[in-house]
Amino acid sequence: MELQVEKPKSNLFKIYEIISTMASRPSGLIGLTILLFHVVLAVTSPLYAPHDFKAIDPSLMLLPPSSEYWFGTDSLGRDVFTRTILGGRTALTVTFFGSIIALLWGGALGIFCGLVGGRIDDVVMRIIDAFLSIPWILAMLLIVSLLGTSTIVLIPALGFFYGKGIVRVARAATHDVIAKDFIVSARARGHGNLSIIWNEILPNVRDAIMVEGAMRWSWMLLGFSSLSFLGFGVSPPTPDWGLMISNARGLMSFAYWAVLAPIVGLSSLIIGINLTADAFAKALGIDRSTKAPV
Amino acid sequence: MENAVQQINNLSIGFTSKKGEQISILKNITTNIKKGETVGIVGESGSGKSTLALAMMGYVKQGLYTISGECLFHSNDLLRMKDKDLEDIRGRKIAMIPQNAGQSLTPNLKIGYQIDEALKLHTDLKIQDRNKKTSELLNKVRLPSPEIMAQRYPHELSGGQQQRVAVAMALAGNPELLLLDEPTTGLDVTTQAHVLELLNFIAKDTGTSMVYVSHDLGAIAQVSDRVIVMYSGQIVLDGPVRRILKNPIHPYTSGLLKSIPKLTLPGLPKSMSGSQPQPGTITKGCSFYDRCELAEINCSNNSPELEYVKNLNTSVRCFKHKELHEKIDKDENLVTSIENTILDKEMLGLSKVSISYAKKKFIDQLLNKESDDNPTVKDINLNISKGETLALVGESGSGKSTILKSIAGLLKAKEGNIKYENNKILPNELKLRDPNSLRAIQLIFQNPDESLNPNHTVEQIVSQPLKLYFGLQGEKLKDEIIKVLKKVRLGEFYLTRYPRQLSGGEKQRVAVARAFAAKPDVILCDEVTSALDVSVQAAVLNLLQELKKDFGTTYIFVSHDLAVVRAISDRVAVLYQGRLCEIGPSKNVYNFPSHPYTEVLLGAVLEPDPDIKPKLVAEDIVEEKPPEKGCSFQGRCPRKVGEICNSEVPPWQIGENGNAIRCHINVDELRNLQK
Repeated sequence: MELQVEKPKSNLFKIYEIISTMASRPSGLIGLTILLFHVVLAVTSPLYAPHDFKAIDPSLMLLPPSSEYWFGTDSLGRDVFTRTILGGRTALTVTFFGSIIALLWGGALGIFCGLVGGRIDDVVMRIIDAFLSIPWILAMLLIVSLLGTSTIVLIPALGFFYGKGIVRVARAATHDVIAKDFIVSARARGHGNLSIIWNEILPNVRDAIMVEGAMRWSWMLLGFSSLSFLGFGVSPPTPDWGLMISNARGLMSFAYWAVLAPIVGLSSLIIGINLTADAFAKALGIDRSTKAPV
Repeated sequence: MENAVQQINNLSIGFTSKKGEQISILKNITTNIKKGETVGIVGESGSGKSTLALAMMGYVKQGLYTISGECLFHSNDLLRMKDKDLEDIRGRKIAMIPQNAGQSLTPNLKIGYQIDEALKLHTDLKIQDRNKKTSELLNKVRLPSPEIMAQRYPHELSGGQQQRVAVAMALAGNPELLLLDEPTTGLDVTTQAHVLELLNFIAKDTGTSMVYVSHDLGAIAQVSDRVIVMYSGQIVLDGPVRRILKNPIHPYTSGLLKSIPKLTLPGLPKSMSGSQPQPGTITKGCSFYDRCELAEINCSNNSPELEYVKNLNTSVRCFKHKELHEKIDKDENLVTSIENTILDKEMLGLSKVSISYAKKKFIDQLLNKESDDNPTVKDINLNISKGETLALVGESGSGKSTILKSIAGLLKAKEGNIKYENNKILPNELKLRDPNSLRAIQLIFQNPDESLNPNHTVEQIVSQPLKLYFGLQGEKLKDEIIKVLKKVRLGEFYLTRYPRQLSGGEKQRVAVARAFAAKPDVILCDEVTSALDVSVQAAVLNLLQELKKDFGTTYIFVSHDLAVVRAISDRVAVLYQGRLCEIGPSKNVYNFPSHPYTEVLLGAVLEPDPDIKPKLVAEDIVEEKPPEKGCSFQGRCPRKVGEICNSEVPPWQIGENGNAIRCHINVDELRNLQK
């Protein structure tokens, strides 16, 4: 009998494989394209922004889209196109790092709770439940108004609030594997808790946690933009979609362009992340539709 | 054919692979089911037997499609029928009984309601008639007091009773054909024997044709008139049950029969090498070529056709069936007897061990009171010598796995102690045990799919104990891993594989390798072969025996399968409800006189021989909890003497062969009774 020996795959190859699987579905390809477009835009936009984003000129107030001002101008005469392509930078950075923080602490606590179980698990989960019942936007407003709106405050605060859901997912995923015999076997051999978490549990729950993290990213983006919309996120004159929507919404009836452009930017990014996360889940073999977001 | 209920012609079912190739799961199946006939379809996992059974209902699983052929039910092709027409046939004309009745019954509807639903769908009876019919059906499947049973929820019934309800539901539409997909696989031995007996009765009583799909030749032998053996999506043998099971003329079937351990024949059965080919890997020649002892060059180039041998009334797919027909194996050649490796040195000793799952109530905790005086496992005394294989036997709930867990330190014993190497008492808790005693006791689990981390390569899996106990690293570690894998007959190229890329037998070998990597003194085997196919089971048993010879390991072997235990063990302990019933050298335990429970178990064992019928001596009731006093087996005992069984714990008696029996009946009297 001929033996088919499979060569071990390098991690880089695995990533390539996952991405190519994601791109093999139309929804995944669209999601990846949108996300990539936004990331490239955020990195490179300062290089080719046609106008100064903070140049105020009363004579140019609320001009409709033209060849000079592609998306028109806003109530202070600033170029909406320039502000739109720059407007995702802060949101993307803050929420990206926020998601990583959420992923780390949520994943770690979830796995820990799932593993130790018993009373500690009960207490921690009830605390998480209590936090889940607090309207996060009020809590965020409180934190921001006490500590200011710098990114140093926003990233951990958002990371904290969006990590709660990940705790639940990580704990549930851990519960799925904890009863399996390979964990029992590791325990019987005498491995410690840390070794069991690192070697036995983490490889099995990593996928679920990462998919959940990707989902949280899009939620967090919406949350961050809401904060900006309320005036607690990015401070003017830094361009930001939430802030732009907030400023222009009163003039919507006669200067729709000033609202439409940031809305398209924000919603396309959220859709892009969502589609990517879905495709990511499918590529990893997790069906996210069966797990309700907490 | 006039009296055929179902006629399958040249049926092929398959799927299209990612590369665009068409791969067949079923290849050119042609057969028929006659009226009133029970046909057993037997094969190992992946042989296509379930796909065939589903096709008989006109159902093809998602992702699969019919490549060619037809499946005629009274000259209507089920596979090309409209869904609406199929609905009229399914349930009314063809009914199916699934493997796991517990999962196929809706948990929040009463039994009576669920049967009524089936009646409503498949008959035109009025409501009063339906109620009567429900009772009738429950009566027919021999459920006690049908009126009360109809008011119960599925979870209030035992596994055997649930399976009976599933049979009743299938009979609701008065079907012409009954399809049974492994209907007794998850059940205890005694329950299984009862359900099979019921099916036999129903086949006779109603004249329904039945198709019984199973991997278990023992069960097939009990119910079938005709047997179809499947291998790699093809029918390889098709004929009357006695012809097939007594003198099979296909090498696969004869190999399969040889690899089944038998009660009457102590010793390890011969195993078949290799495993069933994956669908699509065989392009030319016989699909059994790789594993066949009789194979010739011709077999690798030409694939044999299904040939009808008239004087045997059997169809066979083999070039050399005539040779096989004339060849008769002697019994002695079929098994390798196990060598005695027992040394006169105690390895492990359990004295008065009791284990309880009950949690202490808060108030009892405050008052420091014992809350559970009726623990799950009670009063276990066992001594195991070095190099011995001790088997723990019993049905589900007998506490055999609980005892293993307690020895491994995973479960705290409530009372008693476990001694290791003569006099060292092992701490109750895992945390308190020293690394050396942790190393000395290793576990092998039932299901290798669960006991191997799916995200680890074989190398990582086997390296765990080596790193933990011996601190090996780098080249040294790798060398040792390769050495251990070689011991379990796995080559170096397995190192980089993941469990999902291995077959069931290979996975279990990796699990065995992981246990042996720790160089243990005692290995606890928890139903290690029950998730495996028969031919693989024999190979694993042989491997365990060889390793024991090389390393002088001691085994504690837990199993519900008495024939497997007979094959591998030196000594057997029979457990019921967490209490020992009988213990002794295995050849003595399998001979009478024995404890009534052992008698019941032995009677229920299904031999792959239609002429050996199981003896049903006790009711298949499932007891939730051990009785508070008296004999543990009092509830089901067929030989109960009276009040004394309920009130007093029976004494240990030594039988004439040195097996200890715990019963109120005198050993001599037991011998007379059991003759």
